[in-house]
Amino acid sequence: MAKHKVTMTINGKSVTAEVDSRLLLVHFIRENLDMTGTHIGCDTSSCGACTILIDGKSVKSCTYLTVRADGAEITTIEGIAADGTNHPLQKAFHDQHGLHCGFCTPGMIMRSIDLLKTNPNPTEKEIRWGISGNLCRCTGYNNIVKSVQQAAAEMAKEKEASV
Amino acid sequence: MIPANFNYHKANTLKEAIALSQELGEEAKYMSGGHSLLPMMKLRFATPEHIIDISKIKGLSYIKEEGNLLKIGALTTQTELEHNPNLKENYPIFGDAVWLTADPSVRNCGTIGGNIAHGDAANDQPALMLALRATIIAEGVDGKKSIPIDDFFHGFYMTALEPGDILTEIQIPKTKKNSGGAYHKVERKVGDYATAGVAVHIELDDDGVCQEIGIGLTNVSAVPMRLERGEEILRGKKITDELIEQVGVIAGEDAEPESDLRGSEAYKRSIVNTITKRMLNKALERARK
Repeated sequence: MAKHKVTMTINGKSVTAEVDSRLLLVHFIRENLDMTGTHIGCDTSSCGACTILIDGKSVKSCTYLTVRADGAEITTIEGIAADGTNHPLQKAFHDQHGLHCGFCTPGMIMRSIDLLKTNPNPTEKEIRWGISGNLCRCTGYNNIVKSVQQAAAEMAKEKEASV
Repeated sequence: MIPANFNYHKANTLKEAIALSQELGEEAKYMSGGHSLLPMMKLRFATPEHIIDISKIKGLSYIKEEGNLLKIGALTTQTELEHNPNLKENYPIFGDAVWLTADPSVRNCGTIGGNIAHGDAANDQPALMLALRATIIAEGVDGKKSIPIDDFFHGFYMTALEPGDILTEIQIPKTKKNSGGAYHKVERKVGDYATAGVAVHIELDDDGVCQEIGIGLTNVSAVPMRLERGEEILRGKKITDELIEQVGVIAGEDAEPESDLRGSEAYKRSIVNTITKRMLNKALERARK
């Protein structure tokens, strides 16, 4: 089977590689690029642990072919804030105890970035539906919802300050 | 899980995709959003030798009204359906359904064309298409064709699409005064396939008499199913609680569900009865607004 040359931007850096047709994007990110912040949970697009942003939209990278990402702009959990700093969502998950074991957290945060972009001021119900494709087996979700609420408020303040 | 080996081909235009399909033959499959096909490939339920990626074809993602038709491009994602102002305002049945389909990240990829072309009676859009009496537009080696929805679903994962055909557009009669639609499915957990689902579209005249009615059922038969007997009872009548009750009973009788992990046959017959009644009431309420 022929290899395919792909070029994509990951966290602002251009990456070029030769890949098999069947290489899943999550494996490319974790195994070829050694970026292990993106997790593999269910591997069946149910749990959301592998959620990343492709051209700004949350996508489950276990169900996406690397070849299809040719030309795309990809963001993973490693790329959402400069080294040594936290994204408002990361800070909020820390402040609000939005995690116990942390396995679902990168996916939760990547999904929440997309959620807050399309709906900057979500209700509790909208948050719960918004993260319905991301499973957490520890927290019971309450603190995750609080985290997203805190981040929404902080991001709104930041936006106001920057205007 | 990694899919079996296959060869990937990207099509930039419809023509290119159809030519590729002709060249590669029956072992080639089109992929749009990939969220039905790729999971099947990972589980080795599907082992195509070639994948033709049609997701990058330009000009197949739109929602517009032209003449008396609502036209939806096949590559329109579920997320785009969810946030479209016209659909929100005038076709709330789409909001009902998309909200319950998978989850937001899957909806960012999954397309309406793929949801229908997959030919899976468990998908939500087929029931909507039946209720709304859609026409499916496809393009293949022999050019363009237009397929009424009642001729589209042939069997388990089988549709009227011939090898090489690409579903390009969905056409739905534009919403009329005094019309309304509604969809609901019972699911075990958020984002699951339907245990059973019902789509209803009703058109009333000024006196409240039912002029046209469509009822489509999700996942209670091998093929997406129209509840013909139920439609016949309501067409041409003023819809009363008694008639709605009757149609519910018919839905429970005519559905052909099988017992599985989502519930027993009897349970599914019972819930399809209940949802049919609820959706008739909800669609009526919207039609009367």
